[in-house]
Amino acid sequence: MSLLVQNLGIWVDGVAHLSDISLEFQQGRLYTILGQTLSGKTTLLRTIAGLQSPQKGTLTLHGQDFLELPVWKRRVAMVYQQFINYPHLDVLANVAFPLLRAGVPRAEARQRAREILGKIGLANFENRRPSTLSGGQQQRVALARALVKRAEILLLDEPLVNLDYKLREQLRDEFQNIFAGQDDAIVIYTTTDPDEAIQLGHELIVMDEGAVIQQGKPLEVFNAPAMIRCAEIIYNPPMNIFNGAIQRGEILLQGGVRLPVPWHMGHLPEGTYRFGLSTADISIGGNIGAEVELSEISGSQTILHLRGAIGSFIVYEAGVYHYSMGSTVQVGLDPGRIFTFAVDGKLISAPAATAGQER
Amino acid sequence: MMRTTYLLLKYTAILIWSSFVVLPFLWALTTSFKTAHGITSGATYIPWLQYEPSLEGWKVLVRTGGAGINIVQPYISSMVVTVGASLISLALGTLAAYGLSRFTYRLGFIKNSDIRFFFISQRIMPPIVLAIPFFLMLQYFGLLDSIIGLIIVYIALLLPIATWVMVDFFNNILREIDEMATIDGCNPIGAFFRVILPNSLPGIVVAGLFCLIFGWNDFFFAFILTFTKTQLLPVAVVALNSSVTPWWSLSASALVSVAPLVIIAFVVERFLSSGNMAGAIR
Repeated sequence: MSLLVQNLGIWVDGVAHLSDISLEFQQGRLYTILGQTLSGKTTLLRTIAGLQSPQKGTLTLHGQDFLELPVWKRRVAMVYQQFINYPHLDVLANVAFPLLRAGVPRAEARQRAREILGKIGLANFENRRPSTLSGGQQQRVALARALVKRAEILLLDEPLVNLDYKLREQLRDEFQNIFAGQDDAIVIYTTTDPDEAIQLGHELIVMDEGAVIQQGKPLEVFNAPAMIRCAEIIYNPPMNIFNGAIQRGEILLQGGVRLPVPWHMGHLPEGTYRFGLSTADISIGGNIGAEVELSEISGSQTILHLRGAIGSFIVYEAGVYHYSMGSTVQVGLDPGRIFTFAVDGKLISAPAATAGQER
Repeated sequence: MMRTTYLLLKYTAILIWSSFVVLPFLWALTTSFKTAHGITSGATYIPWLQYEPSLEGWKVLVRTGGAGINIVQPYISSMVVTVGASLISLALGTLAAYGLSRFTYRLGFIKNSDIRFFFISQRIMPPIVLAIPFFLMLQYFGLLDSIIGLIIVYIALLLPIATWVMVDFFNNILREIDEMATIDGCNPIGAFFRVILPNSLPGIVVAGLFCLIFGWNDFFFAFILTFTKTQLLPVAVVALNSSVTPWWSLSASALVSVAPLVIIAFVVERFLSSGNMAGAIR
C-alpha cells in the first residue's frame, strides 16, 4: 500500500505553496518532513488530509484517486501544532469522538479510547475537560484521538513545537514507541527541528519554498546534503559556508586563508567553489583570526558568532566562557571535514560519513 | 489589618451597589400594595405598621372593563411575540453568522465585513425611519395589528443583533476545530451541529438574551403597529395611565413586566461564565 503524490501544485497570488511535489509514502513507515517556516510542509499535510485542494497534480492511495474523497471519508488522522481538542467534551469523549462518527458502538468506542489513553499516560484524566490539562497533556489527548482511529494515514504537523523543551524531549522519546504500533499506517511528521527529524524518521524529506529539495535516509541526507540550502536546513546550527577556490593544490578561502586539499577533494579540478563546514568542525585555537560579534551561552556550550577575513561563521565551544564583543579569537578549520558545493549550490564532494557510525 | 480593611471596603461597596439595584424593587413592591392614601403619606415601607396593604393595585391588572386594564392577554401576546421572534432570529442569525465567519463571500467590492456592517447598519437608523416602511408593508400584507406581523418586524430588528454577536463568537473559535471535526468523520453540517454549536452555547445565550430583552421591552413598534386586536405588554402598561397616575397598579405591572427577564437572567447566568470554553477560544 502506498500513497502516491504526483506533481502536486498549489499557488496563492503567484507564490508557490507547493510546487510540483512528487513523493511516494509506504505503509508502515515514518516520514519526517523537515523545512523552515513557510516551506510548504503544512500545506502538503493539509492537501493530503483534504483540507486544501491542489490546483495541479494527483494524489492516489492504493491506486485510487484520493482527491475525489471529501475530508470526512479519507480515513486520515491529524495532530496540529496547536492543541486542538473539543472543549465541550471530556477527555474520554474527545478520544472516542472519531470512533463514534465511524459507527463504532458506544461501549466499544469508550473501551478503545480508554486503552489508548492508558497507553499514552492519561488513564486518570478521562473525565477532565481538555482546558483543565497542561499543554503537554492536551497534546497527548489530541494524539490519542488521532491514534485511536487506526487511520491509514497519520499526519502530525509539528506536534511538539508549542511544548517546552523538557516535555518536547520526553514526548519525542515516547513517540518512537507509540508509532511502533502503527504498522498499518503511513505516518508523516513535519518539523523545523533537524534533531527531531533525524531521530524520529525512517525517511527524511527536506522541503524549501514549496519544493522537495532532498529525500533519503536521515543520516544519508545529513552526511551528504544535496545542496547548500539543504545543508543550512539540516544542520543545527546551519552549516557555515565560505567562498573560495581550489588553486595549485590548495584550498584558497576568501581573505587569503590557505588549507591543504584533503584526500576526499583530491579529484576536484581547479576552480571556484563554495565550501561548507559544520560548527563542530571549526575549533578554537588555530591560526585564523576572527572577531567576536556575539557570544551566547547554551547549556554547557558557548556559541560564538565570528567575523573574519574568510566571512561570518558560527563556532560551538564546549564549556562556558565569556568573550567580550570585538575581541579577537583564533580558530582552526578541519580540511578533512569540508563539504564542497558548486557555485550554484549543488553538492560536489562530501567528507567520509561520521554521523551514525558504530562505536 | 490590611485584609480586614480591604474586606470592609469591599463589602461596603457591594452593599451600596446592591442598594441601588434592590431598593427600587423594594419601593415598587411596597407601592404596589398601597392605595392613593398610602402613597401620599410619605415614604413608608413596613405594611400594617406604616400603611394598610391593599391588593387593589394588582386586581386592576386582571380586571376587565370599568376601572381595570386586563394585562393577561397582552402579557401572553408579548411572550409569544418575543420568544417567537427571538428563537427565529437566533436560528437564522447563528447560521448567517457561521457563514460570515467561516466562508469568504465576494460580490464586486462587497466583502464579508461589508455584509456584516450591512446587518448592523439596520440598527444604526433611528426607529422612526423604519416605522413608516414597516407600517406600509404590514398594511400591504394585511398584517397590521397582528401577532404574526409583529413577529416579522421583530425578526427584522433582532436578526442583526443575533448575527453580530454570533459572528464575533464564531470568529473566536479556532477554525482548526471545524477542520478537526471533519477529519474525525463529520461532514460540514455535522461539524457545525456536533462541535461548533455546543461550543457556542455562551454566545447563543448572550445573543438570545439581547433578543429577549429588546423584544420584551420594545414599546415603539408595538405601539405603532397595533391598534385594538393585538396589544403588547408595554403598550398595555402605558394605557394604565389615566388622568390620575395609579402608582400602585403601575408598580405591580412593572414588577410583573420585569419578572420574566429576572428569571431568565438567573437561569442562564451559569452559561455566561465562559470558563468551560477556555482552550477553544484564542
